[in-house]
Amino acid sequence: MKIIYLDNAATTPVAPEVMEAMKPFFTERFGNASSLHFLGKQAKEALEKSREKIMKKVNAKEHKLVFTSGGTESNNFALKGTAFANKDKGKHIITTKIEHDCVLNACKWLEKQGFEVTYLSVDREGFVDLNELEESIRKDTILVSIIHGNNEIGTIQDLKEIGKICQEHEVYFHTDACQSFTKVPIDLKKEHIDLLTINSHKIYGPKGVGGLFIRNGIKIDPLSHGGGHEFGLRSGTENVSGIVGFAKATEIIKDKDIKHMTKLRNMLIKGVLEIEDAWLNGPREKRLCNNTNFSFRYIEGEALMLYLDVKGIAASTGSACSSKSLEPSHVLTAIGLKPEDAHGSLRLTLGKDSTEDEIKYTIEVLKQSVDSLRKISPFGNK
Amino acid sequence: MHPRNVGEIKNADGTGEAGNIICGDVMKIYIKVKENKKGEKIISDIKFKTLGCVAAISTSSMITELVKGKTLNHALKITEEKIIESLGGLPPVKTHCSLLATDALKEAIYDYLSKNGLKIPKELVETHKKIEKELKIAEKKHKEVVKYTSKKEAG
Repeated sequence: MKIIYLDNAATTPVAPEVMEAMKPFFTERFGNASSLHFLGKQAKEALEKSREKIMKKVNAKEHKLVFTSGGTESNNFALKGTAFANKDKGKHIITTKIEHDCVLNACKWLEKQGFEVTYLSVDREGFVDLNELEESIRKDTILVSIIHGNNEIGTIQDLKEIGKICQEHEVYFHTDACQSFTKVPIDLKKEHIDLLTINSHKIYGPKGVGGLFIRNGIKIDPLSHGGGHEFGLRSGTENVSGIVGFAKATEIIKDKDIKHMTKLRNMLIKGVLEIEDAWLNGPREKRLCNNTNFSFRYIEGEALMLYLDVKGIAASTGSACSSKSLEPSHVLTAIGLKPEDAHGSLRLTLGKDSTEDEIKYTIEVLKQSVDSLRKISPFGNK
Repeated sequence: MHPRNVGEIKNADGTGEAGNIICGDVMKIYIKVKENKKGEKIISDIKFKTLGCVAAISTSSMITELVKGKTLNHALKITEEKIIESLGGLPPVKTHCSLLATDALKEAIYDYLSKNGLKIPKELVETHKKIEKELKIAEKKHKEVVKYTSKKEAG
């Protein structure tokens, strides 16, 4: 059976050239970057070269890049680290209702520790209202944390405008760029970003590696204490092989891949919207080049996902049945979807190696599957 | 996946519905009732329609297979455990789906008995009341959520 992978927002395979770059660091160049002997120096050199390379990608001149275990750790670090280090300034944090769970759950935990959190709402397409953001900033606001490219509906926020507001009000600005990094240009200086979360396994790098950019001079406490690695902000022996792979991975998605994914994305949207009572969640413009998210009336998303699964198509859904909590996606609810419409959602996210034939086949299978499920559904007959 | 007994029965002797749109699962069961040679009421035909995940559709399909041609008394005794066992197991997070199936079937039998002025077992009356109550709570919750989302739409 053909395998069609349309869940690239969940993770991507490691690119062959990334794999090649990493290999020596598992075996002959296995040194600990903190060791003073030649093996240690080799590792240290590879580590720092990787760091420099990734920093250039986002024009990081006034920032440190701290390597972490991934997006979740970076987001936790940004939120908890700045909250605790700036307690003397205040106890208020601003975020949105459409963040990744790791931001929302870190915020919920901070609320238990005595911090106050404002969760900004978004419009029908998932955009933050800049006036609402500005009005929410208080004297005791420490940090604004807003996701760059949304992982579910692909909405890309205007970092520059948000950065400007945060700069004017002298509050830290953090953005989670796990989905957008290397797909959308990011400039830490121009967009006035204080803290930026990135990760490796969404861009054809290995899992278990991520990073947090931190503007110099920002007060932040480490989550993990120990031997003082990573500027004393993240102790623990560096994952050199993973970091080398991460740096290599930042070269993988090229302009032509972005154009290719955008073209296929638009083709997929056009084809799927030929289905009756179906619509696209999230915006048409200012959308991640590889993201689509649809709702289909009268059916349930997890059933649809599994119908695609048996045909070899890997997808994802925001339906309640698919979640551990049995609640529909908080992002889809935040953009105003009724519960029944959030249940009938399907996310298809493209990769650089997706093909036109795959998209055509997916549209066909999707049409058949929606039709079959509507025949079973009590609401499917009109 | 090939669910069995999908569909509706026109002029069904009893229909039952369970679940609610807010949690994403709705099941409707239609039954035809006849008497067998012994004079017992049996389910001569049964069909279902389900909006829900694969587990909900599977449990729906399974219960119709388990009770087709069986007496009403037998049908009322089908438990969630029996359905799960017949399916060869369900992940723990999905076990509640089997409740949907037993509830919908009980509602269909309740509907048949009450329409025909027949004696309704006490337990079945209680189940019916419980399902009605839960549906009201869910409808109220749904109204609240939709009120919030439509306000959003206007704004």
